[in-house]
Amino acid sequence: MNAPPVISAPVQAGLADEAGLPASAAAGRRPAGWSGLWLGLVLPVAIALGWELAIRTGLIQGRLMPAPSRILGTLWGLAATGELWTHVQATLGRVLAGFALGALAGTVMGALSGTSELMRKIMDPTLQALRSVPSIAWVPLFLLWLGIFEASKVALIAVGVFFPVYLGVAGAIEGIDRKLVEVGRVFRLGRFAMLRRVLLPAVLPSWILSLRAGLGLGFMFVVAAEFMGASEGLGYLLVDGQQMGRPDRILAAIIAFALLGKLADGVLVAVTRPVLRWQDTARSRL
Amino acid sequence: MFVVERLTKTYADGTRALQEVSLSVEAGEILAVVGGSGCGKTTLLRLVAGLDRASSGAIAVDGEVLDGPHPAVGIVFQEPRLLPWLTVAGNAGFGLMDLPRAERDARVADALSRVGLAEQAGRWPRDLSGGQQQRVAIARALVARPKVLLLDEPFSALDAFTRASLHEHLLALWEASRPTVVIVTHDVEEAVALADRVVVMRPRPGRVFETVTVRAGRPRDRLAPGFEKAKRRILNALDRSLKTPADRPQADAGGAELWW
Repeated sequence: MNAPPVISAPVQAGLADEAGLPASAAAGRRPAGWSGLWLGLVLPVAIALGWELAIRTGLIQGRLMPAPSRILGTLWGLAATGELWTHVQATLGRVLAGFALGALAGTVMGALSGTSELMRKIMDPTLQALRSVPSIAWVPLFLLWLGIFEASKVALIAVGVFFPVYLGVAGAIEGIDRKLVEVGRVFRLGRFAMLRRVLLPAVLPSWILSLRAGLGLGFMFVVAAEFMGASEGLGYLLVDGQQMGRPDRILAAIIAFALLGKLADGVLVAVTRPVLRWQDTARSRL
Repeated sequence: MFVVERLTKTYADGTRALQEVSLSVEAGEILAVVGGSGCGKTTLLRLVAGLDRASSGAIAVDGEVLDGPHPAVGIVFQEPRLLPWLTVAGNAGFGLMDLPRAERDARVADALSRVGLAEQAGRWPRDLSGGQQQRVAIARALVARPKVLLLDEPFSALDAFTRASLHEHLLALWEASRPTVVIVTHDVEEAVALADRVVVMRPRPGRVFETVTVRAGRPRDRLAPGFEKAKRRILNALDRSLKTPADRPQADAGGAELWW
């Protein structure tokens, strides 16, 4: 006869989680599924259909407001020739480079400001003042400093990403529950163990939220960046459409921006979901 | 033996929370501390747990003077304070990360089964009721096998039924390793149900007012006349502690003994 296991499966699964291994599947949150995706398409599809109908019935002119079918045709044409992918690649490369730099700087400086009262007093007033400077105001300065090529564009995007990440990290550290830190102190955690086992997990949700906000701003700032004399990129496509009098190209570029931004945010959410599955949020219960 | 000697705590704003509190608790004894608001009960536990520093006085366990958090002392707070990103088992084993994996797993499994949560080991704290969360907090404190277990009103937020059930769980865990237990409570019935001795404190500044020894076997019959008599004795002491002027010395630090 086999002896029963000393440790039950639930206990092993629970301890595996502390060791950084996957926990019990039962503890995971249910993903949104396909129904959420379809529901999200209802509004844009309804708008497109109404718009198309209004143009085809002659209710509105399609010269400055081209029909969705024409915009899709333009988008398809750009994709078929490979031009769209060139622009998407250029924009995505700039956003990713700017996001990496801005997120890194925002995380480091946010952590310094959140953990040290002295650093907060030194840095925070200046950064709060710089935060209110409009993105476009940086353009001439960056052009002067970094030239017209990639460096100035990436720097502008990094500035956009930096502020929400800095604020999110600094605020999250200041808001860590003292009571949870005391649990760590009772068990005599050293500085590194306290950081790894209490502080980092506690700030993780706010940090990820700030990264999402930063990524969104990165996509806004890339337009300003690509207005600075780019020869490729979705921002360039916008300027080109305006100069050529092609509203279908402008709208195709806007749609491409929206899809790319949504896709990038979706990837970030998907990548970070496993580390936040413990959260007790209202959304997970609704 | 756990000893607190002439412990005084004065905060930076000049508020004196504790004044020369002395206690001596035998190994394996359960001591309850009761008293009105502001009598320094929680301050006393925080000093013993090493979360705050005393202005003067000393704390010692088996002759070793404590200066900060110590493995000999475990604490269960008023709220469960479970780390939401760890599972039930992860929380219960939080203080055991220095141990080999097999030993840690075995200790956690044992503690969780003793508090009736073996099947919940892989779940998140969010999935547990308040009473279940507090059971995990008790398991977390006890798996580290402290010599002294401090409980700061751990059952105050729970309903009477859950509280009574947790008293049973706590006594079962105490029976297994017999640590010294110091429980702070507002509930006189809880103090009589659990403790060998009940220390009544008086406020502003917090001082020991009276000690009542309860000599009865466990589990205790809450309907027994002796139980009721002990409750009345402690309530009477509490009443007098609030009416006694602050500059008067303690009424009866040696204390009364109640048998049934």
